[in-house]
Amino acid sequence: MQIDWTAFTPGSAALGGLLIGAAATIFAVLAGRIAGISGIVGGFLRPRRGDIAWRVAFIAGMLATPALYELLGGRMSIEIDASSATLVAAGLLVGWGTRAGSGCTSGHGVCGLALRSPRSLAATLSFMAAGFLTVFVVRHLVS
Amino acid sequence: MTRSHAVESLASLATGMLFAAGLIVSGMVNPAKVKGFLDLFGRWDPSLALVMGAAVGVGLIGFGWASAHARSALGLPMRMPSNRSVDRRLIVGAVVFGIGWGLAGFCPGPAIVALASGSSKAILFAVSTLAGMALFEWMERRKEP
Repeated sequence: MQIDWTAFTPGSAALGGLLIGAAATIFAVLAGRIAGISGIVGGFLRPRRGDIAWRVAFIAGMLATPALYELLGGRMSIEIDASSATLVAAGLLVGWGTRAGSGCTSGHGVCGLALRSPRSLAATLSFMAAGFLTVFVVRHLVS
Repeated sequence: MTRSHAVESLASLATGMLFAAGLIVSGMVNPAKVKGFLDLFGRWDPSLALVMGAAVGVGLIGFGWASAHARSALGLPMRMPSNRSVDRRLIVGAVVFGIGWGLAGFCPGPAIVALASGSSKAILFAVSTLAGMALFEWMERRKEP
């Protein structure tokens, strides 16, 4: 392991993390819900009365933010180096895995850890380990 | 729509915006940066660890309050998960998710925010994620009698 000091952005990482933590906190305190993105999206596939509007509002807020951010002079950079075939495979794995594992980076990695849940700690360690190993195989073994 | 539904939707809209702002500011909306974190055995960018650490640090206070109350501050029912146990399905799901995360550098939150950029690759990933979720639902329903 070698730390990439030129890529490391501690200031914006900490600030962004505070915003994410504040969002999850506000949601729990005001709405009594977990701000877990895979769970919020997954709920559309199991529609129940009175359970759709808040999900639509949450996703709409997420989708509207990049435009607002750029309006305020910010710049959002998105670099996707994976091929289309890889993205399809990765998407299927992420979709299936987050539903089977009852959460993703936000639900387990932020909210669950903040709830001191052993279940979320186990999930977070598992997807982190799998992510590290996958990038190791793809970047350093295959190519 | 009842009043409590409207209040809940408003809180959701605001949370979605704040959450997305955090993902954008931290750089986590960029798959290249996320992969830099996941490249633990190469040139490692520790940023994501700091994002998560800061988010969890703030969250500890709010979630401590939430788990001690039966109703939210707006009077909505508190829906914190009661299942805290580790089972096989959880680990299998998390590992499968982690593999996909490592391949694309995308997890569900950033993928939604990236959709707004109109990038065809982001759209392809998001549609595939939905298909993966639908596949899981279909497999679950087949198990039911």
